[in-house]
Amino acid sequence: MRDDVASIGVMRDRPSDLPIRFEAVDYRAASFAILSGVTFDIGPGAPTLLLGPNGSGKTTLLKLGMELLTPSGGRLTFAGRQASAGSGTAIVLQKPAMMRRSVAANISFALAAARRPAYPNVVAHLLDQVGLAGFEHRPARRLSGGEQQRLALARALARDPEVLFLDEPTASLDPAGTKGVEDIIVRIAHAGVKIVMATHDLGQARRLGGDVVFLVAGRVIEQAPAPDFFASPSTDEARRFLAGDLVI
Amino acid sequence: MEAAGAFDLLWLADANLFAIVRLSLGITLAATFFAALLGMPLGAFAALVRFRGREALIVVLNAFMGLPPVVVGLCVFLLLSRSGPLGQLGLLFTPTAMVVAQTVLISPIVAALARQVIEDLWAEYCDEFNAMRVGPVARVAALLWDARFSLVTILLAGFGRAAAEVGAVIIVGGNIEGFTRVMTTTIALETSKGNLTLAVSLGVVLIALIMTINALAWSIRRWSEKHAG
Repeated sequence: MRDDVASIGVMRDRPSDLPIRFEAVDYRAASFAILSGVTFDIGPGAPTLLLGPNGSGKTTLLKLGMELLTPSGGRLTFAGRQASAGSGTAIVLQKPAMMRRSVAANISFALAAARRPAYPNVVAHLLDQVGLAGFEHRPARRLSGGEQQRLALARALARDPEVLFLDEPTASLDPAGTKGVEDIIVRIAHAGVKIVMATHDLGQARRLGGDVVFLVAGRVIEQAPAPDFFASPSTDEARRFLAGDLVI
Repeated sequence: MEAAGAFDLLWLADANLFAIVRLSLGITLAATFFAALLGMPLGAFAALVRFRGREALIVVLNAFMGLPPVVVGLCVFLLLSRSGPLGQLGLLFTPTAMVVAQTVLISPIVAALARQVIEDLWAEYCDEFNAMRVGPVARVAALLWDARFSLVTILLAGFGRAAAEVGAVIIVGGNIEGFTRVMTTTIALETSKGNLTLAVSLGVVLIALIMTINALAWSIRRWSEKHAG
């Protein structure tokens, strides 16, 4: 992606945001603890999968990394800085809102928000990246669920992110839609964008995972390379989760 | 008998009748324009900005959607009468006074409905806009643009309410023939005089106007669903 975008002359120079470091991060909503003492690093390389049951704090972690939320305690740094470099991060929400515009206009809006020129060739390139070439003039809200997720991915890519946070992007998709989105994620990752993805789908974590961060009830229970995590989990919670038991 | 005469007036394009229709449309269009200028930003402000007294403002706007026209007429009359604070302007019993009254009447409708539409859309877009780091000006512009079809429908509703209103404009306009006599006040007057031919013909025009507005609002809704989703 970064090379492709650079080839059409719209990539900007900026300092790297990696590694993103969570140091004993807490997050509370009112008096309820969503995250407690979370410590881990997001470095460059293969996708990082945030794995865990519903309510384990995956979405909150993504929103903290995206700076949509501020930690209640602890420290969050981006390559040692207190804040990210600006447009270096992007997120695809679990239920992305489609603006009441055409597909192309949705992309143009995201480009404008990222202070990038919305040339037709840039829009077409982004849509091509996610397999939506030819969809330019369709109303975004009339796309299927899978197509909407792909458009949301294209909008996120419009920021030319170094880190892309994905919040269960295939949660409501059928197997074909899931495969379509996963193929795009793999291509984006191979192009050098760091993927940080929340999921509770074990199969998906096996297919995509580089590192796995396993969360339960707002705490990081285990962090390991995906093959190690699936082959020999070191905690009882992870073993039970992998065995299909209900872990709450 | 009156119905046949009424359709003759319409068919023969009676000059008096069409002068009344023109004046009515001019006043109502002007009032709708000013209500949009006042009501849309007020609605957007109430939808997007959190401030002390916001809830009270929303309650007042919602309550004022049902303002009694005669009360609005009375207030504007007191404001513009010779002894009122704006009496020196000499606007009472002019079309301008009628525009003012209709603007006061429909501005809360425009503001309250616009607030609801924009707030609903904001609830939907909020997370995305935060994630995209969209600035405040661009947010408002995007919300207004994406809500444009609903906002136009709101303006049409305001136009319909103003066009059908009689209480306020008869108080501040005075129903002066050839000067401030509009469709609704003419219908009221001519009916009381027993001249039902003109009253019925104006009634037909008024109903046709309201039907057209509603058809337009419906068409806009259908078109927007098809093309903007």
